[in-house]
Amino acid sequence: MAKVAILSYIRRESPVHALTGTTKLIFFLAWSVASMVTYDTRVLLCMLMISAVVFKISRIRIRDISIVLGLAAVFLLLNNLFVYLFAPEYGVELYESRTVLFTIAGPYTVTLQQLFYHLNMTMKVICVVPVALLFIACTDPSEFAASLASIGVSYRIGYSVSLALRYIPDVQREYHNISQAQQARGIDLSGKDKLFTRLKNSVAILLPLILSSLNRIETVSNAMELRGFGKNKKRTWYVKRKMQRNDWLTIGFVAVVLVIDLVVTFWDGSRYFNPFV
Amino acid sequence: MTTPVISFQDYGFQYMSQAEPTLHHINLDIYPGERVLIAGTSGSGKSTIGNCINGLIPFAYPGKSTGRLLVDGKETQESSIFELSHVVGTVLQDTDGQFIGLTVGEDIAFAPENDCVPQEEMKQLVDQVAGLVDIVHHLEYAPHELSGGQKQRVSLAGVMVEEVKVLLFDEPLANLDPAAGRTTIELIDMVHERTGAAVIIIEHRLEDVLWRRMDRIILMHEGQIIADMPTARLLSGNLLLQHGIREPLYLTALRYAGVEIREALNPEHVDGLQLQQEDKEQVRRWYHSQRVGIRQEQHGQELLQIRDLKFGYTPDTYTLQDVNFTIYKGEMVSIVGRNGAGKSTLAKLICGFEKPVCGTISMEGRDLKGDTIKERAAYIGYVMQNPNQMISKPMIWDEVEMALVQSGMPKEERTRRVEETLKICGLYPFRNWPVSALSFGQKKRVTIASILVQRPQIIILDEPTAGQDYHHYTEIMDFLKELNEKGYTILMITHDMHLMLEYTKRAIVFSDGRMLADNTAAHVLNNPELVQAANLKETSLYTLSLACGIEEPQVFTECFIGYEQKEVR
Repeated sequence: MAKVAILSYIRRESPVHALTGTTKLIFFLAWSVASMVTYDTRVLLCMLMISAVVFKISRIRIRDISIVLGLAAVFLLLNNLFVYLFAPEYGVELYESRTVLFTIAGPYTVTLQQLFYHLNMTMKVICVVPVALLFIACTDPSEFAASLASIGVSYRIGYSVSLALRYIPDVQREYHNISQAQQARGIDLSGKDKLFTRLKNSVAILLPLILSSLNRIETVSNAMELRGFGKNKKRTWYVKRKMQRNDWLTIGFVAVVLVIDLVVTFWDGSRYFNPFV
Repeated sequence: MTTPVISFQDYGFQYMSQAEPTLHHINLDIYPGERVLIAGTSGSGKSTIGNCINGLIPFAYPGKSTGRLLVDGKETQESSIFELSHVVGTVLQDTDGQFIGLTVGEDIAFAPENDCVPQEEMKQLVDQVAGLVDIVHHLEYAPHELSGGQKQRVSLAGVMVEEVKVLLFDEPLANLDPAAGRTTIELIDMVHERTGAAVIIIEHRLEDVLWRRMDRIILMHEGQIIADMPTARLLSGNLLLQHGIREPLYLTALRYAGVEIREALNPEHVDGLQLQQEDKEQVRRWYHSQRVGIRQEQHGQELLQIRDLKFGYTPDTYTLQDVNFTIYKGEMVSIVGRNGAGKSTLAKLICGFEKPVCGTISMEGRDLKGDTIKERAAYIGYVMQNPNQMISKPMIWDEVEMALVQSGMPKEERTRRVEETLKICGLYPFRNWPVSALSFGQKKRVTIASILVQRPQIIILDEPTAGQDYHHYTEIMDFLKELNEKGYTILMITHDMHLMLEYTKRAIVFSDGRMLADNTAAHVLNNPELVQAANLKETSLYTLSLACGIEEPQVFTECFIGYEQKEVR
């Protein structure tokens, strides 16, 4: 079966890969908070540059994650479009000045302030996306559960995530097999039939798939209980790695960034950097 | 006398969802270090006994129990599934389901992780146990990179890591090819030697388990223990056959020849048989009397032709290559080989699920190249291994009719065809039943009916009897034989040696994506080189015939099958 991995762990040697899952998770969370909070263009610009550097260090190539990047770009575009459609004067309100560049039609005027607002909004997203993708692409799935547990998430939840990762390929394979056998009985899932027929047909595949998945869940949960899962409040982790010097440095770095971010952003009592007044 | 590690005392159990108790008045003691085989047909209660021992009953499957069950001197009712897991290690039938971790190392470490064992200690423990079952070089592997036998090793390591007193195996051989099954039994044997834990194997494939010594066999039937005796004594009687368990093939052969099976014969293992001179004489006499009866089969018309077939999932590696064979009308042929030898891929190519890199597949001389999956389905039927993966309608009638509805056939014609098919498959009385009311074997019939209704000229079945006990196995196979006698051409992918020997005249053997042989089943199984290359197992008939001084084991095997078809059925 041909494998199409849209977004998954990419095993490479790099300083980013070498960090523990916990460090990467903390970095990702702090980074997200930092970029969500601020609309300060200067801060965002710095963060953007740091993001780019981190991405470079990770040795993940653009084409490894091109599909996801494409999707993110489409969403970003749509987001911008809708913000403009519903609030074309929001930037004017925020920055308390109005410099008209040109008028499209009716209330839709393009102002310098609105464009500046869109620029900031876009930069926020562009700051976070590479870091989020790196977190997924550079963290060994085995370490996910352990790193979630280490920041205080219940290990049961952490393990559910990890189990889902474990069984996704199995379920995919099963779906593939069932759908082939059903096609041999005349069930057509290609675009030729009407939408309703196609939906009805997909039941012929999903029903057996769901039933067999339920069976699998029973087996797995029995197997887990038989080996003592859920016995104690805590558990230890085979794959968890010790924090190294670089881990502490990274966490320290992101803490500093977060503090600077908050200080610069709220220094003058506003989240927005206003070059217009 | 030592105290038993497991002790059932007049124990009975009824599942909450069921109207009748599943176990009645069980009295059974298992002592430290013993090796016990629990045999019985499906529904005999043998798996329920296993679940009682490991604590799934009553903690995961609640119900009502009577009498007492002590595990390691403690009443299970008052224990917990966690506490029991330190005494009893369970290896489930489904090694994929049991594989919880993302890699081998993590999976073995699963139990110690839950016990909060510090990481350093855990790593040492994992290395040590992995060494014991010889999987230490695969600690980084993901489950899909392992073979069935290797997964079994991981499962075993995962429970051995607890230093348990009892190792419980629930149908360990069900999904393995014959050679891997044999290795598993050897592995269990070795682990027993090294750890001294009591071993309990729940299995109906008796001959395969007896490849290594078992002290006792517990025979279950309808929730009761029918027999609890040393292996040799049980094999000497008729109890096994009466209760739907197949005895080892060499013993059946000896019975046919008129040799009485007695304890002095050492019947546990074909290599250890103590045959007297007159016994051997008896077997030879029988052999010569049967020999005349064998005749050559005539071929029918050519139906399916495969020429120079080559296929690979990636451009440079081939999953299948140089495949050439012809299937004749009315044949019943088995396709055999180890897991991953390319058997299933071949079926997928024939059905059009995958496209060959080169080579041709033709039906009655017509190349199928341009035909879609749907078009091919009109003359090639494909039945998956697990009926639950195929059945998508709640009612039997609808399920069988489905393919016809899809093809847009008029109602009257459809009704006629479905009725006819249901009659052929012996399902007509059940036509208005829901599928859920059927047994596994009957569901299998429904899936076969749902394929037959399209009137294919050839039916391909993937492992038609996997995981079935002798009773259901016979039920399914006799049905297929009946279909074959009605003129259907049947192609079966299997690694069941008995099936191949008894039901198919011809076997095509695959190994590493190449065709190794295309010959009679008896010939294939009596050729040691072929047997080894394809991960098959020579039958015990081979060993028996040599032991009796018969020089053509292949002919002996054919005599045996001929006799069985003529006299027994």
